[in-house]
This record gives sequence, C-alpha cells and structure tokens, in this order.
Amino acid sequence: MAKQSEFILEMKNITKEFPGVKALSDVTFRVRPGSVHALMGENGAGKSTLMKCLFGIYTPDIGTIELEGQKIELKDSKTALGRGISMIHQELHPVPWRNVMENLWLGRFPQKSIGPLKFVDHKKMLDDTVKLFKELEVDIDPYVRVGSLSVSKVQSIEIAKAVSLNSKIIIMDEPTSSLSGVEVEHLFRIIRDLQKKGVAIIYISHKMDEILRISNEVTIMRDGCYVGTWESKELTIDKIIERMVGREMSQLFPPRSNVPGDTIMKVENITSPNPLSFKNVSFDLKKGEILGVGGLVGAQRTETIEAVFGLRAIVSGTITINGKQVKIDSPHVAIQHKMALLTEERRVTGIFPILSVLENTVIANLKKYLRFGLLDDKKRRADTIKCNKMFNVKTPSYKTLIKNLSGGNQQKVLLGRWLLTEPDILLLDEPTRGIDVGAKYEIYTIIAELAKKGKSIIMITSEMPELLGMSDRIMVMCEGRMTGIIDGKTATEQDVMRLAAQRQGGIDEKN
Amino acid sequence: MKKTKAFLTEHAIYVVLVVLTVAIAIYNPKFLSVDVLRDILMQSSTRVIIALGAAFVLITGGVDLSAGRMVGFSAVISASMLQTADYSRLFYPGLPQLALIIPIFIAIVVGLVVGLMNGFIVAKFHVPPFIATLGSMVIVYGANSLYFDMKPNSSQPIASLRTDFTNLGSGAFFSNEFAIPYIIIIAIVIAALVWVVFNKTTLGKNMYAIGGNVQAAVVSGINVTKNIIFIYAIAGALYAVAGVLEAARTGGATNNYGNMYELDAIAACVVGGVSTTGGIGTVPGVLAGVLIFGVINYGLTFIGVNPNWQLIIKGLIIVAAVAVDMRKYISKK
Repeated sequence: MAKQSEFILEMKNITKEFPGVKALSDVTFRVRPGSVHALMGENGAGKSTLMKCLFGIYTPDIGTIELEGQKIELKDSKTALGRGISMIHQELHPVPWRNVMENLWLGRFPQKSIGPLKFVDHKKMLDDTVKLFKELEVDIDPYVRVGSLSVSKVQSIEIAKAVSLNSKIIIMDEPTSSLSGVEVEHLFRIIRDLQKKGVAIIYISHKMDEILRISNEVTIMRDGCYVGTWESKELTIDKIIERMVGREMSQLFPPRSNVPGDTIMKVENITSPNPLSFKNVSFDLKKGEILGVGGLVGAQRTETIEAVFGLRAIVSGTITINGKQVKIDSPHVAIQHKMALLTEERRVTGIFPILSVLENTVIANLKKYLRFGLLDDKKRRADTIKCNKMFNVKTPSYKTLIKNLSGGNQQKVLLGRWLLTEPDILLLDEPTRGIDVGAKYEIYTIIAELAKKGKSIIMITSEMPELLGMSDRIMVMCEGRMTGIIDGKTATEQDVMRLAAQRQGGIDEKN
Repeated sequence: MKKTKAFLTEHAIYVVLVVLTVAIAIYNPKFLSVDVLRDILMQSSTRVIIALGAAFVLITGGVDLSAGRMVGFSAVISASMLQTADYSRLFYPGLPQLALIIPIFIAIVVGLVVGLMNGFIVAKFHVPPFIATLGSMVIVYGANSLYFDMKPNSSQPIASLRTDFTNLGSGAFFSNEFAIPYIIIIAIVIAALVWVVFNKTTLGKNMYAIGGNVQAAVVSGINVTKNIIFIYAIAGALYAVAGVLEAARTGGATNNYGNMYELDAIAACVVGGVSTTGGIGTVPGVLAGVLIFGVINYGLTFIGVNPNWQLIIKGLIIVAAVAVDMRKYISKK
C-alpha cells in the first residue's frame, strides 16, 4: 500500500534544462486534494515548463513526481490523462465543424456492435453528455456546432471532458484571459463544484484579484526557481508582487549615450474593434528614444503596436508623425512613413524560411534596387554583405536558406532587412525572444547604437531586466489599457508590476 | 562520394532527363537524331509556355485549373479570324484580311482578362485558388463553346487557316536538317523573359515571398493583393499565347483544344521541382519537367511501348518525382 499523504500531487526537486537555459531549477510543488492552487510568476518564471512536466510534454532532467503518494513516470500527455491529470490550455483547439458531443468524446466514442461491425453509439454518447452537463450545470446543446460557441462555452466543454476522464488534477492555464465578467463567475462556480468533488485545480493566472478570490494556496516562482507557497488568506497583491520580483540585475546591458529629442510620433486614444483588445491607448515617442513597453501576457501590447503599423484595424484614435496626422491602414503605408516592425513571431511573420539570407535581407527594400525596371543583383548582394558584416551575422553564405540559421542570426538578418529601408521609427516586438545570451547582448548593442543615431524605438519586452535596462521611458499596459509611463532610469520592478497588474475589474462587460 | 550524392539529389531532374534519353537511345540508337530532337522540342514548345504560366501561380502557393480551357479558347478566337478568304465555311464570312497581329492580340487580351479575374477572385475574396480556377475553367469552356457554336460556324471545326498564321506554328528558319522551327524560338524567348521576371524583377521576388510566407510578405510591406492579381493575369496571357500557337501548329481549332492541359502543365512543374505548397520553382526546372514528358511521350512511342503502359509510367514518374523532392525538403529541415 502506498503511504497516505496529505498531498494529492508532489513534484519534488524538478530541474529541467534546455540548450543554454536552465528553465527549472530544483522546483518543489505540492498540491492538496480539493484545493485551488494558484501558480504565479512573471513571464518566463517557469510556470508553463513546470506544468508541461506535469502533463507529460516534457520529461524533467532531475526530480520526481508523486501522485497520491505514488511515484509516477509521465512519458506523454496520454499517460498523464490516464493518471487523472488534465490540462485546459489557454488556446483551445476544438474541431470547429463538429458538434459538441463529438468534440467531447473525440478519440473515445462509445461503440456498439451490430453483428461483426462496430458503429458509434450516438444514443449513449448523447446520454453521457447530458448527464455530464447536468452534473456540472453546464447549459450547452450537445448537437450544436462547436465553432459557433463562445470561448467560455468551449472551455466548459474542455472542463467537462476533464471531468469525464475522472481527472483528479485539472491544470488551467490563464483560463480567464478571454472571458467576460459573467463568464468568469460561471467558471468560478464550476471550479467550486469540482473542488467539492475533491478535484484539485492548478490555476495559472496573472490576475491577482482573481487569484486572491478563488485560490486556497499560492505558489510563486521566479526565474525557474521555487520562491514559496502561502495560504491565499495571508496574501495581498503587494505581497505577491514583492515575492514575484526582487531579482538581482545580473544581466549586462551596453552603455547607452542616446539623447531623446523632439516628439516624432504621437498616438492618441487608439481603440481596437475587438472589445477584448486595446482601448484608448495614448503615448508619444521622441527622436532617438527607446520606449520600452511592459506588461503581462494578455496586456495587448503586440496588438497595439501592430495596429500602429497598420497590421490591425483601429476604430478610433489618431496617429501623428512629425506633426502630421496620418492614416495607416496597411504595412506598406507604414513603411512609407518610415516605420519598421520586427514581429514577435519570427517564424510565422518574419522570415521566409525557404528563401536565402540575401532574399530575406532585401525583400522589404526591393524598389531601391531597380535599374531600368530590373533588380540590380550586385547592389542587392553588396547590401546583404554589408548588413551581415554590420550585425555580425553568422552564416556560411548569403545564399544559405535562412531556416538553417540560429534564431539570433535570423533576428539579425531581420533587423538588417528593416534598417535597409532606412526607417525613423522601429517597432521591436520581443526582439530577443528565443535567442541565446551572447546574441542578446549583440542585439542590445545594435538597438542602443540605432537610438544614438537618432532612430526612435518602441520595444515590447516581457523580460523585466531588458525592459529596465534598455528603456529611456517605460510604458506599461494591462488588459488593453495604458496604465502608466515611467522613467526608465528610476523605475523598479515593483513599479512596473504594480502598473502591469493595476486593473482589477477583469475585462469590461461589453455588449 | 557525398558530394556526388548531393549533386545528384539537387539536380535529380536533369539526371533523370539524361538517363531517360540515354536509356531510350540504347534501345533504339535512331532516337538520337536531329529530327527526333526537333520533333520533341516542337511538341514541347506550347507545353513549356503553359507550364511557365502554371509555375507563376504554383509558386505563389496557388494553382490554376483554367489553363487548359484558356488554351482552347484562345486557339478558337485566333483561328476564327484567320481563315483563308476562299474557304467555304468561314467563321466570319466577309471578314477582311486582318493583320496577323490583331486576332493574336485579341486572343491574348482575353487570356489576360480571364487571368485578372482569377487573380481578383483569389486575392480579394480569398476564394481558394483551386475553387476559383475550377469555376473559371468551366466558365471559359462554356463561353468558348457558345462562341464556337455561333452561326454560321455552328460548332464546325475551324479549318483552312491562313498560311502566314500556320507558318508561325510549323515554319522554320533554314531548311531540312538545319531547320529551326519558329515555335521553338518563341518558346525559348518566352522562357527567357519569364526567367528575367522570376529572377530580376520585384514581381518575381514578391511571388517567391508570397509563396514562401504570405504573412511575412504582408509585414514586409508587399501589396499581396496586387501582386497576386498581376501573376494570375500574366499566367492567363501565357496560356493564350500557347493557345494561339497550338492553333497555328495544328492548322485548326475546336472548343475541345487544350482539354486537360492544365494537369500536364502542373505535372511538368511538379516534376521540375516546383513546390505545390509555394515558394519554390525555377524556369530551368520547369523546362526539364516539360522535356521529360516530351521524351517519354515521344520516346516510348518510338520504341513501341503500349500507350496504356505509357500512362502508367507517366503517373509513376509524377508521384516518384514529388516523393524524392519532399525527401530533399524534409532532410534539410
């Protein structure tokens, strides 16, 4: 017999390393049955990695996982599900064209036999679905197409699925990030019900007020390390922030000698057509300035910047560049206004993987190489070589396909692409994401150098040291609103976190 | 050894072309003669032009099923206005002798317009290219048949074409064994022009970028809509040119000309290394792809292979070529 434990789950001394990064270092995490256990930490603190270890997506290098006092090995998600561990992901991926019950029982349809043949037992499937929904007080028609349902309903289906699998532990990753106030209440009601049934919920969220309301215990992580576990009753928002930050400034940043000058761009009250996205965001940008943009996941920073670049629509608000109001409704208009955008998802919206370094470097700037209507290969080659040299891009040749380069080198090629267009305003969205430490420093140096040359830079970053170490001013966003602009030289992590967690009311009820 | 292997994988298509030719020549040495070569090149000329049009669209990540029917339409349009005046069943009785260029121009403009519409529907309404061009394939055939059925022609094959026109398809510089058919020269010139567009113009670079990663293309400031429309229009014009030459070469036209040519063109492109997922493809590759099918068609008949077996061999080559190509792609990842 396994020894009785007061915990349903114990993850002990978990360490997980990725090439160049120690994502988790000696983390301990214990969850009691029937409790809601919040897992908190800044972006990159290691929450997701820890949960992926628990859900069988990663295998820890060191450490053990015990479920109900029994040591278990989780090879993959299927094993985890079999052991009663379910995960409700932040991004849900149902099969939109099939109905609710088919999504619910996907991969495990009840079957009936007619002679030697097996068929899906629709009657049983319907009965089971109705019973399950009744139990959870979920009001969804089993026959309705999932694609027509709100995010909240799809989430309820996912939770029902977890329950139908007899889950003892349900991991919820940012479950309220796209829910309205009423929907959050509904979710909380379901969570309380599950708790009564003895199910433990691991609740990952950045929303402090929600956590203080729903959770029994809070575990805080920082930089891949375990900080501690406290009862929610003892905590306040300030105490949580204090424990989430407080990191040593160990990372080095290049010296900066840029001098911000006059205002070059003014953004006033821009609002997204999507009620859950950014609203009434205003800020200005000075010549030769690095404006950092901080905030937690879901702050809508990327969306805001992409709207400034014309990739996303705005329904109201104005953008003024050099004193003239401009209408930017597509990226090529933005480029005409001397803007450049280094996107967050380098692979998805940045590189052309199957094209060469050369083609990737010059693609945004082709017009400048035209001679009698044809492209001047010599000039294109010369510019590519110049960029590669300037940024120290490590590539066997400019003919190499960019997909064969490392992330840092790809990013440097993309920076080169944009600098060739001679922009005045550079929008950088997580410019060092997924890049190793050495290359990061090189990119910081390039950014500092550009600012010194009078380029104006907006830099979104989720890495606190980067934000504090590189910005002249820091704009902080929270849930689609600008919550403050602070001086980069005097700002502390606490200042930023306070603004980043400022909005307490959840997302506004809309329509 | 490793280098040789790499070279062979990289240039598999050309190797296959050479091996195929040599194999047939071993079986029947007469295959390696100037006449045979000329015949193969002549038959391949129009196909090259269609395949280049198809390649434009494939490289953007699309597909164009209207190619074959466009060939038929432009063959009928050009032929209908270029019959000898003394023929008894004229399409346009009493039509004065037009300058050669006028009917050809009209046919090409029609191709261009259909291509523009294809591009517009794909780019503006985001209809999947397969569906958009499936629709226009059917529509173009319908329009062609209506035109072909007009009185007094009433669906008679259009025959007795003017010699200055047929000369374009069957005439040649020099004569006898030194003869270089015009149609081959035209195909080479068009291939060269397309090569320039692919490699030396913004349109070409944008085409590769859109096919390679359309989202990154948008962010890079490429006007994707405009480029797509242009590319389908150019493709349409190329099909029309091929149709005109097909009428000139065969000295006639019916509404069924060009039927299923789009599939031959896509097969040639794919065998020639054009990626059906977009972003990859070269003009030499397309030429080699067309020539492989030219050599197979001609060569296997030449050595007396049953035509039904020829179909099976062709099908196998298409699948094998792509399987090999995908391997190259996967191993590079």
